[in-house]
Amino acid sequence: MTPIDVGPFAAHWEVALPGLLVAATAMLVMVADLVSTDPDRESLAGVALVGLATAAGAALWLWAGGNGAGGFGETLRADRYALFFALLLIAATALTILLSVDFLRLHALPAGEYYALMLLSTSGMVFMAAANDLIVIFLALEIMSVAVYVLVGMLRREVRSNEASLKYFLLGAFATGFLLYGIAFFYGATGSTRLDVVAQAVARDGLTPFLLLGLALVLVGFGFKVALIPFHVWTPDVYEGAPTAVTAFMAVGVKAAAFAAFARVFAGALVSVAASWTGVLWVLAALTMTVGNVGAVTQRNVKRMLAYSSIAHAGYALVGLVTATKAGEAALLYYLVVYAVMNLGAFGVLIALGRRGEPNEMLQDFAGVGFRQPVLGLTMAVFMLSLAGIPPTAGFAGKFYLFSAAVDAGYVGLAVIGVLNSVISVYYYLGVLVQMYMTEGTRPIDAPATRPYLLATILFAGVATLLLGVFPSGTMELARVSVASLR
Amino acid sequence: MATVPLLTLLVFAPLVGAVLLALLPREPLAGVRRAALVFSLVPFALSLWMLGRFRPGEAEFQLVERAAWIPAWGIEYRLGVDGVSLFLVLLTAFLTPLVVLASWGDIHRRVKEFFALLLVLETGMLGTFLALDLFLFYVFWEVMLVPMAFLIGVWGGPQRVYAAIKFVLYTMAGSLLMLVGILYLAWQVKVQTGAFAFGYERFLALHLGAREQLYLFAAFALAFAIKVPLFPFHTWLPDAHVEAPTGGSVILAGVLLKMGTYGFLRFAIPLFPAAVATASPAVVALAVAGIVYGALVATVQPDLKKLVAYSSVSHLGFVMLGLFALTPTAVSGGVYQMLNHGLSTGALFLLVGMIYERRHTRMIADFGGLWTAVPVYAACFLVVMLASVGLPGLNGFVGEFLILLGAFGPWPWATAVATSGVVLGALYLLWMYERVIFGPLVRPENAALEDLRGRELAVLVPIIALCFVMGLYPAPFLRRMQPSVDRILARVQSVEAPRLAAGGRR
Repeated sequence: MTPIDVGPFAAHWEVALPGLLVAATAMLVMVADLVSTDPDRESLAGVALVGLATAAGAALWLWAGGNGAGGFGETLRADRYALFFALLLIAATALTILLSVDFLRLHALPAGEYYALMLLSTSGMVFMAAANDLIVIFLALEIMSVAVYVLVGMLRREVRSNEASLKYFLLGAFATGFLLYGIAFFYGATGSTRLDVVAQAVARDGLTPFLLLGLALVLVGFGFKVALIPFHVWTPDVYEGAPTAVTAFMAVGVKAAAFAAFARVFAGALVSVAASWTGVLWVLAALTMTVGNVGAVTQRNVKRMLAYSSIAHAGYALVGLVTATKAGEAALLYYLVVYAVMNLGAFGVLIALGRRGEPNEMLQDFAGVGFRQPVLGLTMAVFMLSLAGIPPTAGFAGKFYLFSAAVDAGYVGLAVIGVLNSVISVYYYLGVLVQMYMTEGTRPIDAPATRPYLLATILFAGVATLLLGVFPSGTMELARVSVASLR
Repeated sequence: MATVPLLTLLVFAPLVGAVLLALLPREPLAGVRRAALVFSLVPFALSLWMLGRFRPGEAEFQLVERAAWIPAWGIEYRLGVDGVSLFLVLLTAFLTPLVVLASWGDIHRRVKEFFALLLVLETGMLGTFLALDLFLFYVFWEVMLVPMAFLIGVWGGPQRVYAAIKFVLYTMAGSLLMLVGILYLAWQVKVQTGAFAFGYERFLALHLGAREQLYLFAAFALAFAIKVPLFPFHTWLPDAHVEAPTGGSVILAGVLLKMGTYGFLRFAIPLFPAAVATASPAVVALAVAGIVYGALVATVQPDLKKLVAYSSVSHLGFVMLGLFALTPTAVSGGVYQMLNHGLSTGALFLLVGMIYERRHTRMIADFGGLWTAVPVYAACFLVVMLASVGLPGLNGFVGEFLILLGAFGPWPWATAVATSGVVLGALYLLWMYERVIFGPLVRPENAALEDLRGRELAVLVPIIALCFVMGLYPAPFLRRMQPSVDRILARVQSVEAPRLAAGGRR
C-alpha cells in the first residue's frame, strides 16, 4: 500500500480543488444573483463560466503535476482518470450553461437558482469521479442528484416537468438506497469502504457471498443512474418532462459521472473478480442497446426519441466495461466525450427550434428546417449521423473503438449485436433528416442568429463532432493515459 | 513531380469544390451550374494525369501515398491505384461532369445543394476505389451513403423518402457487418503479428482457418452483394432508381453498383480464397439467377426507367459470373463489363431522363414513332441500346464475350444459362426500342418533341465515342488491367488448384 502522508488529514487538500472551485462558483453565483441588477441575469452565466474555467485550470494544473496523489485519507484522488472526467464534466457544464442563457430568458426561469444548482450538481459529479471511497461516491452522487431533481422540476407551471421531477426523485431515492445497501455489504465483506482496500481484499478472498450481494446491489444503483435496462423506465418521462437544457445536462453530465464511478468500482476495485460480472454486464449491454433503439424507433417526439437514444448509447458505452481491458475502458472514456459533444449539439438544436409556448419537439416540427435554416439543419445532420455512427463523424470513431476493443477481448458476438443495433438506430436518426430535408414545412423558426450563445455552442459542437471523428487520436491518447490510473 | 500527392488531390478536389460551391451565392443558377461543372472537371483532369503517370504492365499498386492516421490502432491514410481500380476511378471522374451537365436541365430546385452533394459523393466514390487501408476504405464507403440518400430523398420522385430510407437501411445492414469483419481481421493481425493494423497487404498476409474465412467472407460478401446488387438482395435497386433524379440514377448505376463488384474483386476474393472456393458455386448460381431474373422482369416493365433498372440486375449478374469464374479471361471481362455497364446504363438513364424532361412520363406506352420526331435522339438511343445489348463493335460485346469465354471452362452449365441472358437482353432492349422509337407516331404530344440540344449532345457524345473505342480497340484497357487481375487470381489459384485437381473440370 502506498504510504499515506502522515501529516494532517487535509494534507494534499489540492486534490479536491476542481470540485471545490465549482462548488465555490455556485455560492458566488447565488451571491451575485442578489446583487445583480441585470434583469436577464446574463452576467451570472459569465460568473459561472469564469468559475468553471478556473476549476478546469486547477484540473489541468493537477494533471501537469502528474503524481496522482490521494488526499483526505486516500478517499479522494486527483489521478489522471479523475482529472479526465473533471475536465469532461466541467466542459459539458460550460456548454450546457451556454445552451441555457437563451433558454432561461425564453421560459423566464430564475437564472440564479438554475446556475447555482447546475454548478452544485457539477461539483458532485467532479467529486464522484475523484472518489476513492464508496461513501464519498455515495455523498457525491447525492450532491449531484438532489440538485438535478430540482432542476428537472424547474418549469413549475408545466405538469410534465413536475411529474418528471417527482418520478426521478422517488425512483432515484430508491436506487440510491440500493447503492447504499450494497456499500454496506462491501464494508461487511472487506472491512473497508476505501476502494484500494476493497480491491486488495477482493484479490485476496475472491468472491464471497456478501461481496456478490454488494456487487449486485451497487450494480442496481449505478444501473439506475446510467439508465441500463431494466432500470431505465424513468428515463423517457424524465428526459421529456425536464427543461431541454436540463435534459442535455442529465444525458451528458449525470451519465458520464455515473459511468466514472461505475467504472472505478467495477474495472478498478472489482477487476480481480471480473469473470463474475462481465457476463451480467454483457447481457445488460446487449439488452440496453436493443431496448433503447427499438423504443426510439416509434417515437414521434424528438426529445423522447433522444431519451431512448441515450439509453441505447449507455448500452454501447457499457461494452467498454464488459471487455474489462484497458483498451475497452479507454474506449468508454472516449465514447463519453464523443457522446457529450454530439448530444449537447442535438439538444442545442432542439432548444433553438423552440419558441415561447411552442416547444417544437415533435418530429413534424423539424419539417423543412434543413433548407430554411441551413446552419441548424447542417449541424443537426452532423449530430444525427454521428449518433447513428456514420463516418467521418465522432460517433463512428467512438463505436469503432468500442467494438474493436470488444473484438479484441473476444466478444465478437457483442460487437455484432452492437452494429445490428446501429442499423436500427439509423432508421430513427434518419427520420429527423428526412423531416428536415425531404419534407416541406411552414412552421416559423426564430433565426438562430438572434440567440448568439446558443448558435455558437451548436457550431462548436458540430465542428468538434467532425474533428473528433477525423482526428480521434489525440483525445483517445488522453483516454488511454487516464485509464492507466484505474488499477 | 514525384512528390505531388496526386491521388489525394484527386480524391479531395471534389470535396473542396463542394465547399466552395456551398459558399457561392444561390443565384444566378447559371453561375452555380457552370461553377459545378468546372469543379467536376478538375478531378477529371487530375484523373487523366493519373492515367498518364500509370505504368502499364505492373501489377502492384502505383502512386502510393501513406501517412499515419490513428497510429495506436495501426490505421494509416493510404491510397494507391492498380489496374483494377484505375479505370473505375477514370469512369467516376468521367461520369461526374457529364452528370453535372445533364442535371442542368433536370434540377431546378436547390441547385447549389444538389451539385455540392454530388461532389461530396464523388470524393466518397474516388476514395473507396483508391483506399488501401480497410479503415479508410470503410470510411469512404459509408461517406458515399449519405449524399446518395439525399440525392434520392430530396430531388427524387413521389416515393423518394421511402426509396432513400430503404437504400440507406439495406446498405447499412450489409456494411456494418463488414465493419465487424474488418475489426476481426485487424484483431487477427494483432494476434499473429503483435499489433493492430488495417492495411490491405497486412490482411492479405494473414493465415485464416477455413471456417473463419467462411464467416468473414459472408460478412464482406453481404455488404458487397447488397451493393451490386446480387439476386436476391436487389429489391432496393428498382425503388432507388425509379425515384432518383436522372443524375442520381446515372451515378448509382454507373459507379455505386461497381463498388460491390469492386469490393468482391479487391477484398472478398483475395482475402478469403478458401471461402471463395467453397462459396463460388452459390455465388455463380445467384449471379446466373440474377441474369435471367433481371432480364425477364425487365421485359415486362411498362416504365422505361424500371426497365433499365432491372437490366442492371441482369448485367451485374454477368459481372459477378465473370469475377467468380476465377479465370483471368473472365475476371478481366468482368472488370471490363463494369466499365461498359457504367457507360451504357448510365447513358440509358440519361436518355430516359432527357425524354422525361420533355414529356413528363416514362411509360413505354406513351411513346412510339419517335424516330421521325427526334431523329438525333433516336440515333443516340440506338447506339447506346445496342452497346447495352452487346452488339459486336461496341463495348458491351467485349465484356460479355470475355466473361462467357472465361466462365465456360469452370462453369459450362451456368455459362450456358447465362448466354440465354444475352438473348433475353437483346429481346427486352430491342422490343423496348421498337415500341418507343419505331411504329406510327400516334400521339400528337410526341410529334412536337424537341430534338437533342447542344448541351445534351455534349453529354451523350463522349459516352457514345467511348462505347465505340472500347468496343473496337479494347487492348489498351485490358493491357493495364491484366497484371493486377492476374495477381489477385494467383492468390486464389493457390487454393483452387488442389480442388480442381481433385474434382476435375465441372
